[in-house]
Amino acid sequence: MMTTVSSTSASTRQHRLSLPVRIALAAVVVAMIISFRYPMWSIYLDAPQYPEGIKMEIWYDNVGGDDPSVLQNVNLLNHYIGMKPIEPDAIPELRWMPYIVWGLIIVGAVCVISGSFRLLVTWAVLFTLLAAVGLYDFYLWEYDYGHNLDPEAPIKALDSYQPPLIGSKQLLNITATSLPDIGGVILIAGLTVIYLCIIWEWINRKKSYGVA
Amino acid sequence: MNAKIKKLLVAGLATALVSACGESKKGDSKQETALNTDAASKVYVAPGKHDEFYLFTSGGFSGQVGVYGLPSGRLFREIPVFSQDPETGYGYNEETKPMLQTSYGFVPWGDAHHPKLSQTDGKHDGRWLFINENNTPRIARIDLTTFETVEIIEIPNAGGNHSSPYVTQNTEYVFAGTRFSVPIPQKDVPIDSYKENFKGTLSFIKVEKESGDMSLAFQILVPGYDYDLATGGKGPSHGWAFFSTYNTEQGYTLKEKTASQNDKDYVAAVNWKKAEEYIAQGKYQEWDVEYYNNEYDEEKHMATSKVEKKVKVLIPAECPGLIYYLPTPKSPHGIDVDPSGKYIVASGKLSADVTVHSFEKIQEAIENGDIIGEVDGIPVLNPEKTVVGVVKSGGLGPLHTEFDDKGYAYTSFFISSEIVKWKLGTWEVVDRIPTYYSIGHLCVPGGGSMHPWGKYVIALNKITKDRYLPTGPELTQSAQLIDISGEKMELLLDFPTVGEPHYAQAIPAEILAPRSKKVFKLEDNKHPYAVKSEAEARVERKGNEVHVYMTTIRSHFSPDFIEGVKVGDVVYFHVTNLEQDWDIPHGFAVMGANNAELLIMPGQTETLRWEPKKAGVYPFYCSDFCSALHQEMQGYIRVSEKGSNVPLKWGLGESKEEK
Repeated sequence: MMTTVSSTSASTRQHRLSLPVRIALAAVVVAMIISFRYPMWSIYLDAPQYPEGIKMEIWYDNVGGDDPSVLQNVNLLNHYIGMKPIEPDAIPELRWMPYIVWGLIIVGAVCVISGSFRLLVTWAVLFTLLAAVGLYDFYLWEYDYGHNLDPEAPIKALDSYQPPLIGSKQLLNITATSLPDIGGVILIAGLTVIYLCIIWEWINRKKSYGVA
Repeated sequence: MNAKIKKLLVAGLATALVSACGESKKGDSKQETALNTDAASKVYVAPGKHDEFYLFTSGGFSGQVGVYGLPSGRLFREIPVFSQDPETGYGYNEETKPMLQTSYGFVPWGDAHHPKLSQTDGKHDGRWLFINENNTPRIARIDLTTFETVEIIEIPNAGGNHSSPYVTQNTEYVFAGTRFSVPIPQKDVPIDSYKENFKGTLSFIKVEKESGDMSLAFQILVPGYDYDLATGGKGPSHGWAFFSTYNTEQGYTLKEKTASQNDKDYVAAVNWKKAEEYIAQGKYQEWDVEYYNNEYDEEKHMATSKVEKKVKVLIPAECPGLIYYLPTPKSPHGIDVDPSGKYIVASGKLSADVTVHSFEKIQEAIENGDIIGEVDGIPVLNPEKTVVGVVKSGGLGPLHTEFDDKGYAYTSFFISSEIVKWKLGTWEVVDRIPTYYSIGHLCVPGGGSMHPWGKYVIALNKITKDRYLPTGPELTQSAQLIDISGEKMELLLDFPTVGEPHYAQAIPAEILAPRSKKVFKLEDNKHPYAVKSEAEARVERKGNEVHVYMTTIRSHFSPDFIEGVKVGDVVYFHVTNLEQDWDIPHGFAVMGANNAELLIMPGQTETLRWEPKKAGVYPFYCSDFCSALHQEMQGYIRVSEKGSNVPLKWGLGESKEEK
């Protein structure tokens, strides 16, 4: 039988997280730290002239690729259609993003240590909101790059070269495929685990209140 | 058999075949078709698929190296080595002109003969390819990550650098012998004083282990014969080098006759480890010479020439045990050590037989003093004691032998135009196949090393006659691919080659392909005139020299308009290709250039010298179709009259002026 009411807590109603849940959440925290080592999102460009493909990676703090020259090569292709060059230094989100992720990690860590259910719910809400805002922001950048084209561009073929947020799209000779990379998969999986933990705890709390 | 009966039989057989073909639907000719299809499928490399081997052929009088795929026989590249190449600007641009400098001045052409791959532990390691130049004695080193010539060293005291460049088991040395003896050191003497004044040299060039940097370690002064080909010892014979000779008669005129009188000439066996000892002991003479060593720096993208003035020379009479002569029939051409390192196979080109010396027996003969004579202090060993086998070939004119990994040898026969397969140890002939026509050297992948890949033998032919569509009096040169994986040799493919393929080396693609460079890193570019961004592009005047620091990137030059140049100026276009993408070179061509174009690889800088002669406005453009807007990749340079005061001005989109 699980302890449902902490006698030492300031709030006697405070729900304490079970050990397996805290372990699962700790794993999420660790995985999020590890996620800094991987790109969050990737856009794959395939074209007849690029049988080896180009992989453009979006990291928390950078846009680049598996090779230092990827960005230059992507920008060179984009300049024919008048797309402005992608310059990581000109994207302020890349400066904030690491702090936001670190913030989420800290909230998560405190949640694991304290075992507070309320904090867990707060974490989930924050995480969800920030993820939604992040995706929307990503969409806006894609919209901007895809629509805000140089009127003097040598090739004027499409009104929009906006790559998909997720999935595949044919843009002239290039098939652009946008997918979460390892970092993004970690975040999605982490958020899923957080929600599963909330459901689990919620079911258990109901059960224990029933017993009490 | 009576000739008439034979003819009848042949005619009958032909009729049978014809009728069989006519009824092909019934399946009678299936076997014939199956055989043909089989050969075709063995050389068919589907579009987009890769070959199993790289083949490097000497370009002969083209001076270059051809790079092919096997089994398809497809030509990939011609590497410029000893001859100027207007296509790439090699030998024309300022960076590579020093590569062709020699003690005779700038030599724009060479006669390339024998490509040789570097070895580690007797195995081809895929690091470098060496090739000799016969006419103006030189050896080049090609880097096999870039497939570019990176070093050329001239060989002093030499004439006809033919028995060259052979490598030792760990590429400690590449070595070279003189095919044409000359007065050494050179002097003005009557030609009929040949016997008295003419000498040969055997040169040993040290190869630095990591960098591959070549330097002439020492030369051995030898009697004035023609040193034809050579080979390095391996395994038990490691530490020795072997050279074939002809013209031991020392004829100097009508050599086809005078040099072919002796029944036996010599194979020179050189103990180069002993030579190292003599050098260490100081038992050498230091001679004054002049020779060039030209090296291309892959970070500076630029070659520099160094002039060397000294060479260490060993005199055999002063160095006992350094060199021995092995009498060998007759005017031997190829001299080849089998993969085990035990047998030294000499192909006596004016005889029918192949002579095999045993390394072990040579050592015994030396120990026992089985010496039958001496030439200039070089002991001549008793051939009865050194020869271990004679291949009674049934052919005529054996030239060169290579080996597979199953104990068989393959000898080319020029006169009888065939390859003969024989067994090492028993010396018996097991198979033969005709070649079309007059084969010179042959090549087994891994040839000359301890680890051949015995899947194919490539015949390198001298005559093609009716094998291809005629192209006027000058016909294509040709090689033939023969399958040796089975018991019987099987001809698979004829394919044309660039220039005369004197020799070739093949190596599995899996060794080379992964190391092949895709771009030069721009950040590593240390060319003194490199510009790494368009912002740095500019034009500078230094007296009558105008230096254009230019960049290329899809699809423009920066600057793409230049004014203020005057007649009498010397303009240097230093063009840096800012691209960092695979297979995006840019070209640079300017109207009226008296040299060539530039073909600049991603991350590379090259310089074209241009001397405008008349006032006007001249276009320049990219000559390598680089992109969708390649046709727009062009610019103008304005040339004003001498003494005009048009200011120096340049730009791309916007203009800049000299401050």
